[in-house]
Amino acid sequence: MEYIMIFIAAVFVNNVILSQFLGICPFLGVSKKVDTALGMGAAVAFVMTIATIVTFLMQKYLLEPFGLTFMQTITFILVIASLVQMVEIILKKVSPPLYQALGVFLPLITTNCAILGVAIIVHQKDLSLLNSVIYAISTAIGFALAMVLFAGIREQLSLTKLPKAMEGTPIALLTAGLLALAFMGFAGIA
Amino acid sequence: MSKIKILTNGLVKENPVFVLLLGMCPTLGTTSSAINGLGMGLATAFVLMCSNFVVSLVKNIIPDKVRIPAFIVIIATFVTIVQFCMQAYLPSLYDSLGLFIPLIVVNCVVLGRAESFAAKNSPVDSIFDGLGMGLGFALALTILGGVREFLGTGRIFDIAIYPESYGALVFVLAPGAFIALGYLIAVINKLKAKN
Amino acid sequence: MAKLESSFKNMVLVLTAITCIAAAALAGVYELTKEPINQSNLAKQINAIKAVCPPFDNDPMADKIESKLPDGSIITIYPAKEGGKFVGAAVETYTMKGFSGYIKLMVGFNADGSINNYAVLQHAETPGLGSKMQEWFSNTDKPSQSIIGKNPGVNKLTVSKDGGEVDAITAATISSRAFLDAVQRGYDAVKDQLKQ
Repeated sequence: MEYIMIFIAAVFVNNVILSQFLGICPFLGVSKKVDTALGMGAAVAFVMTIATIVTFLMQKYLLEPFGLTFMQTITFILVIASLVQMVEIILKKVSPPLYQALGVFLPLITTNCAILGVAIIVHQKDLSLLNSVIYAISTAIGFALAMVLFAGIREQLSLTKLPKAMEGTPIALLTAGLLALAFMGFAGIA
Repeated sequence: MSKIKILTNGLVKENPVFVLLLGMCPTLGTTSSAINGLGMGLATAFVLMCSNFVVSLVKNIIPDKVRIPAFIVIIATFVTIVQFCMQAYLPSLYDSLGLFIPLIVVNCVVLGRAESFAAKNSPVDSIFDGLGMGLGFALALTILGGVREFLGTGRIFDIAIYPESYGALVFVLAPGAFIALGYLIAVINKLKAKN
Repeated sequence: MAKLESSFKNMVLVLTAITCIAAAALAGVYELTKEPINQSNLAKQINAIKAVCPPFDNDPMADKIESKLPDGSIITIYPAKEGGKFVGAAVETYTMKGFSGYIKLMVGFNADGSINNYAVLQHAETPGLGSKMQEWFSNTDKPSQSIIGKNPGVNKLTVSKDGGEVDAITAATISSRAFLDAVQRGYDAVKDQLKQ
C-alpha cells in the first residue's frame, strides 16, 4: 500500500514538472513532437533510477560515515555527469537500437534539475533505498507523462493562428499552466 | 566592449529569463512572492559572479576535454557556500527556497555563462558579465514574484495593496507561475517588436 | 599562457587539483557556519516554545520528555516551570493526515490543560487555503474557530462538520481536520504530565 501511495503521489499529485517545477528546460525544449517527448521521458527514467541508487549508496556509505555531507552537491552532480557519460558508452556497445533511440537526449540530461532534485529529495524525506527507487521511477513516469501530454497538445497548437507576441514560448507556458491546473484536480487523493 | 555595456547587456538586452529563456525551474519554482524571487535571484547572481571570475582565472590550465566537469565542480563549490551561509544567517529564506538552492548547480544560466563568456574573456570582464546576468536574473524573478504576489494575495513585498480576499489564489499556486510568466514574455515580445 | 593539452595526465591532475581545492574550501566554510546553523536551529525551537508557553524560567530544552502514543509515535514535550512550579508545557506534535501529509506543530498547554497558544512549524498545505492554520485557529475574535483557551480534555476539538466545536478553515476541511488531529495527539501525549 505504501508503495502505491508513493507512486500515485509522485506521478499525479506532486507531478515533478507541473507542481514541483523540476525539469522545465527539457519540458519546454524537447516537447514539440510526441516521439521526441517519449524518447526524452524514457532516457530520464533510465538515468534517474540509476542515479538515485548510486547517489543513495554514496551518501549512506561514503559521505555520512566520514562526515563529508558538505560535499553532497558536488558529489551528486559529478556522479550524475559521469553516469550519463557511462550510460552513453555502455548503450552504444551493448544495445545500439536503444542508443539510437535515447542517444541524442543523454547529454541534455546532466543539466536536468529533476535528476539532481530527486537525488537530494530522497535524503530530505529520509526514504529507504527501496522507497527511494520507487520514488525515482514514479517521478520519472510522472515526468514522461507530463512531457507526452504536453507534446500532444503542442502538436495541435502549432496549427493554430496566434497573435505574434504569443507565439512560441508564451503560448507553451500558458498551455503548461492549464495542464498544471488540471493536475491540481488530483490533489488530496494520496 | 565597455564594462557598462557588458553589465547592461545581461540586465536588459539578453535578459536570461525573459529573452534567453534559461533557468526556468527556479524562475517558476521560487517566485510565489517578490521577496523569495529576489532572494533566489541574488543567490544565483552571487554564484554566477564568483564562478565566472574563477573560471576565467583558471581557463588556461584546464584541458579542453575536462572543461565541463571542472566548471561544474567550481560552480557546485560556490553553490554549497551560498547554501551554508544562507542556512546560518537567513534561515527563514532558506526554508522557503529549500531545494532550489542546491539546484543552482544545474541552472543553465550559470554553466552557460561559464562556457560562453568566462572561458573566453578576462577575469574582470567576466565579473561584470556575471554581475549583469545575475542581476538580470534577479530582476526577472523579482518582477515575476511581484506580479504573482500582487495578483494572488494583493500584496507586494508583503505590503497590502488591496484586500487579500479579492486575490486570485491560483497565481500563488503552480499553474499561476506558468500563466504569469507566459503573459510576461508575451508582453516583452510585444515591446521588442515595437522598438 | 597556452592552453594545457588534453593528455590523460593533465586531465587527471587538473580535475584532482580542482576537486581538492573545492573540498578544502567547503570544509572551511562548513566549519565556519556549523555553529551559526546550529544556533539558528536552536533559536527557532526556543522561540517557538516561548511563543506558545506561559512565562517560564527553566530551560525546557534540557527538561524535555519523550512521550509514546498508543500507535507508537513519539511526541516530544518541553515542560515549562516558573520558580520550580509546573506552569504548562510545549508539545512538539505532528500528524500525517494533512492534505499533503506531514504537519508539525508546537502546541503550548497551561497547567490545567487548556491551550495557551500554538505555532505551525512545518507543513506543505495549499498556500492560501490550508496554510491559513496559523491565523485561523488563533483568531480569538471568532470563538467558534479559535482553539485558544479551549481544553481538548473538556471541549470536543474536531471540526463542526464532524460534530465538534471548531469551525474548519473555509475550503480546507482536510487541513483543518489534520490540524486538530495533531493538537489532540499533542494533548494525549501531555495529559499524564498535566495531572502531576
